[in-house]
Amino acid sequence: MAVETPLKGVIGDSIRRKEDDRFIRGRGNYVDDISLPGMLHMAILRSPYAHARIRSIKVDAGQALPGVVAVVTGELLAQHKLAWMPTLSGDTQAVLATDKVRFQGQEVACVIATEAAIARDALPLIEVDYDVLPAVVDPWKSLDPGAPLIRDEKEGQTSNHIYHWEAGDKAKTDEAFAKADRVVSLESFYPRCHPSPLETCGIVADINSATGQANLYMTSQAPHAHRTLFAIVAGLPEEKIRIISPDIGGGFGNKVPIYPGYVVATAASLLIGKPVKWVEDRSDNLISTGFARDFHMRGEMALSDSGQMLGLRVKLLSDNGAFFADAQPSKFKAGLFHIVTGSYDIPTAFVEADGAYTNKAPGGVAYRCSFRVTEASYLIERLVENAAVEMKMDPADIRLKNFIKPEQFPYKSATGFEYDSGDYPRAMQLALDKLGYKELRKEQAEKRKKGELMGIGVASFTEVVGAGPGKHYDIVGLRMFDSAELRVHPTGKAILKLGVKSQGQGHETTFAQIVANELGIPAADVEVQEGDTDNTPYGLGTYASRSTPVGGAATAVVSRKLRDKAKIIAAHLLEASEGDIEFDQGKFFVRGAPSKAKTIQEIAFAAYTNLPDGLEAGLEGVTYYDPPNMTFPFGTYMVVVDIDRGTGQVKVRRMVAVDDCGVRINPMVVEGQIHGGLTEGFGIAFMELITFDEEGNCIGSNFTDYLLPTAWETPKFETFETVTPSPHHPIGAKGVGESATVGSPAAFVNAVIDAVAHLGITNIDMPVTSDKVWAALNEKGAAE
Amino acid sequence: MGQPITVTVNGEQRSAEVEPRLLLVHFLRETLRLTGTHIGCDTTHCGACTVLLDGTPVKSCTMFAVQADGQQVTTVEALAAGGTLHPIQAAFKQEHGLQCGFCTPGMMLTSIALLEEKKDPTDEDIRWALSGNICRCTGYMNIVKAVKSAAATMNAQAAVPAEAAAVGS
Repeated sequence: MAVETPLKGVIGDSIRRKEDDRFIRGRGNYVDDISLPGMLHMAILRSPYAHARIRSIKVDAGQALPGVVAVVTGELLAQHKLAWMPTLSGDTQAVLATDKVRFQGQEVACVIATEAAIARDALPLIEVDYDVLPAVVDPWKSLDPGAPLIRDEKEGQTSNHIYHWEAGDKAKTDEAFAKADRVVSLESFYPRCHPSPLETCGIVADINSATGQANLYMTSQAPHAHRTLFAIVAGLPEEKIRIISPDIGGGFGNKVPIYPGYVVATAASLLIGKPVKWVEDRSDNLISTGFARDFHMRGEMALSDSGQMLGLRVKLLSDNGAFFADAQPSKFKAGLFHIVTGSYDIPTAFVEADGAYTNKAPGGVAYRCSFRVTEASYLIERLVENAAVEMKMDPADIRLKNFIKPEQFPYKSATGFEYDSGDYPRAMQLALDKLGYKELRKEQAEKRKKGELMGIGVASFTEVVGAGPGKHYDIVGLRMFDSAELRVHPTGKAILKLGVKSQGQGHETTFAQIVANELGIPAADVEVQEGDTDNTPYGLGTYASRSTPVGGAATAVVSRKLRDKAKIIAAHLLEASEGDIEFDQGKFFVRGAPSKAKTIQEIAFAAYTNLPDGLEAGLEGVTYYDPPNMTFPFGTYMVVVDIDRGTGQVKVRRMVAVDDCGVRINPMVVEGQIHGGLTEGFGIAFMELITFDEEGNCIGSNFTDYLLPTAWETPKFETFETVTPSPHHPIGAKGVGESATVGSPAAFVNAVIDAVAHLGITNIDMPVTSDKVWAALNEKGAAE
Repeated sequence: MGQPITVTVNGEQRSAEVEPRLLLVHFLRETLRLTGTHIGCDTTHCGACTVLLDGTPVKSCTMFAVQADGQQVTTVEALAAGGTLHPIQAAFKQEHGLQCGFCTPGMMLTSIALLEEKKDPTDEDIRWALSGNICRCTGYMNIVKAVKSAAATMNAQAAVPAEAAAVGS
C-alpha cells in the first residue's frame, strides 16, 4: 500500500482550515453573537421617500414608549457636529438627515431601547413631516440643466455632476480611430447590484464613560482604517478606540465603508454610558449600504480589416447615488476602471468618466472586485465579443491575435498600468482544450441548422489587485501598505498578527502556511490573529484582493527577517560562521553538513536561553510592506449555454474556468474562492438586480426581489490553472478572491450573445433574465 | 404577558415564559444563548436560521417560540455529541464546504435531514434539498461533495454493526 506523504502545511499544500473547527460546531463569534451586560439595542427609522424636505420630526410618542431610552435625531447629532460625516471619496454624507432626505431608506432617526423589539416598536411612533420633492432617478436626466438639485446643502454645488475624470491619450486615440478600417461600438449598462453577505452589518459600541475607552465590535473589513476614521469623524482620541472585528459572515466589499448606524450607535453609547448594539435586518442592508456597479458605459474599438485592435475609446457615466461614497483610492475617481484595455495590446486608449448624483443609496463599493475592475473587464470582453461578431471572426481567434504576448511583460498599458506578468495564450489554450471548443462549435452549427439556440461564451480577463504602492494608492490619505508581526515563543510556537482581516478567506490557515514555508514552523503551530486594533499592527484591511498580495508579502518578509536572526543564533549554536549557515525546510545547518542541523524550535528556545554576546533576546519582528506594483491575475473563462426559444430560459450547460493567480498557497482554498466568485458572477449575470421605480422606490429590498443563486440554479464548474508567478511578490502570489466575479459575467453574457448574434441580437444587459431574452428573440421574430 | 413554554432543545428540557411574538430563533439565540443558529434575511429565504424541529428542518426566523412548545429542537450545538464530530461536520471541513461559516449550521442541519430520508442522494437530490439555504462563499460544489462524503461515512458506520453481528453468528 502506498504511503501518502503527510502534508507539511507549506506553500502548495491543501491543508484543511483551522478556522473550521469553531464554525462547524456553531462556535464562531460574529457581531450579533456578542452580548454585554446592560446592553441596549438600536433601530433606525428610514425615509420612505427618495427626495423630500423634512419639515419637522416629533419624537415624543416614541420617546414615551416604556423601554425606550433615547431617540436620536439629526438635530441632536448636529449639536455634537455629527450630523454629517466624510465619505471614502472625499464627499460628505448625512449620518441622520436634518434638512432633506435624499434616498429611500436614508437614516432619519434612531431609537435606543432596552430590547431590540421595543426599539422597532417605537419607530412608527416617530412623526416625520415630509415635503415630498421630485426624485431624480435617471443619471442622464440628473445632469440636465434644471434637474432638481440633490445636494443643495453643498457650497458651490450647482448641478448634480460630481466629477469628470480622464485617462489615456485623447489626441492619439482620435487619430487611431480616424485611420481605422472598422469601428465597433457597444452601449452597455452594468446595473446596480449588492454584495449581500449572508451576515448583515452591525456594531456593539461599548464606551466607558469614566475612562473614555471605546470598544467597538463591528463588521469591519478594515478595522485599522476605521479606527482612524472614527477618531476623525467622532473626535474620539485614537488611542482610546479599540475596534474588534470578530468573525465576519462574508464581506465582498459591503463591510468596507463606515455607515451611519455605526456612528449613531457609538455616539449613543458615549452619551448614555451603556453598550449599544445595532444589527441591520436584510432590508436595512439592501436599501442603504454599499451597492455596487451602476455604470453606464459606451465602448468603441478601432480595428484593422484583419482584426488587429488599434485603439479604444470609452465613455462612462457613473450613478453614485445621493452621496459620493465610493470606496476607492483617492486619486482615482472611477476606481481602476481605466484597466479597461484588459488583456489586449491596444496601442492607444482614452477613457472619460463622469459621476452623477441621483436619489438613490450611496455606496459604490467593489462587490468582490478591485475598485471597478469588474465593470472594465465586462465592457472590454463584451466589446471584443461584438467585434468578433461584426468582423465574422471566431471569438477565441480575435483574442489570441490581440493578446499582450508573454514576452511583452512587464507591459505598459495605454492608460498607465504596468502589468507585472502574464501568459494569456496559455490560459486560453488550456480552456479551449478542456472545453473541447472545436467539437462544440460543430455541435452549435448542427443545432443552428435545426433552429436550436446554443452559445459558447469566451472571456479573457486581466485583473489589477493588491493596492498599493502607497505613493499611488491611498484611502482618505492612508497609504495602502499592509503589515505582519511575527512572534516566535521559546517552545517554537508562533503568533502571527496581521493588519488584514478575513471574512471567510481562510487567513488563519493560509498565512500560517507562508510562515511554515519561510521559517519551518508547522502551520499548525502558528496562531494567526486579526481584526483587533489593539492587538495587531496597522494595516489597510481586506478588500480588492489585497490580503495575499500585500499582507501575504508582509508575512513572507517578516518571516525572512526572523530567519536571518535565526541564522545568527544557529551559527552560535553550531560554532560556525553566520555566512556558512544554510536553511532548508525548517533546519539550519553548516553548508555541506546537513546532518548536524538545528531546528527552528531549538533556535527559538536558544533565542530566549542561549544567545551570542551582543544579540538582543527574542525572536520576533514586524514588517510594513509597501508593494512595488499591483499584481495582475488573469484567466480565460468559457461557458456553454442552451436557450429555450419558447421561454427565453438560458440553461448553463458547462463552465470551464482557467485561473492564473500566480503561486497558490493552499490550492483547496484558492479553488473554493473561485467557485464562490463564479457563483456570484453567475448571480450578477442572470439574477441579481437593484432597480428603482420613477419615484425612487427601491426594488430589490429583500431576498424575494433581490435574487441570489441557490444550489439549484448554480451550475457546476470545471476549474483549471496555469501558474505565472508575480515577479515582484516575495512568494510569487497574486491574489484570487475576486478574479472569478470579475471575469465570469462577460463569459455568461457572451455565451448568450453567441447563441443569438446570428439573429441580429448584439446586446442584452444584465441580469439576462428569461423575459429579456424572450423579448429580444420575439423582436427578431425568432421566439416560439 | 409571558406565555410558559417547554421546549426540548438538544435533548435538554428548557422552560421559559416568552412573549407570544418571540421568534424561535430569538428564543434560541437570546433566551438560551445558543448563538450557532444565525439570522441572514428575516424572510425565510436564506436558511441561516435552519434548525430541526422533531427532525424536520424549519427556518426558525419564521416560527414563534410558542409554536415549538412541547417539541424537540436540534441546533448545531448538539451535533458534536460527546465531543465526536458528526460525519456531516467532519465532511464539511474535509471537503472545504464552508468559508465564512455563517450559513454552515443551517446547511449541515438541512443535510442531516436529507440523509435521514435518502441514504445515497444524487447531486440533484442534494442541490434540491439545499435550495432553501443560501451560501455566498462556496458556490455549493464543495457543499454537495461534503454531503455525499458524509452519506458514505454514515452508510459505512451503519454497516459495521450488521457485519459485526454477522461475524458473531
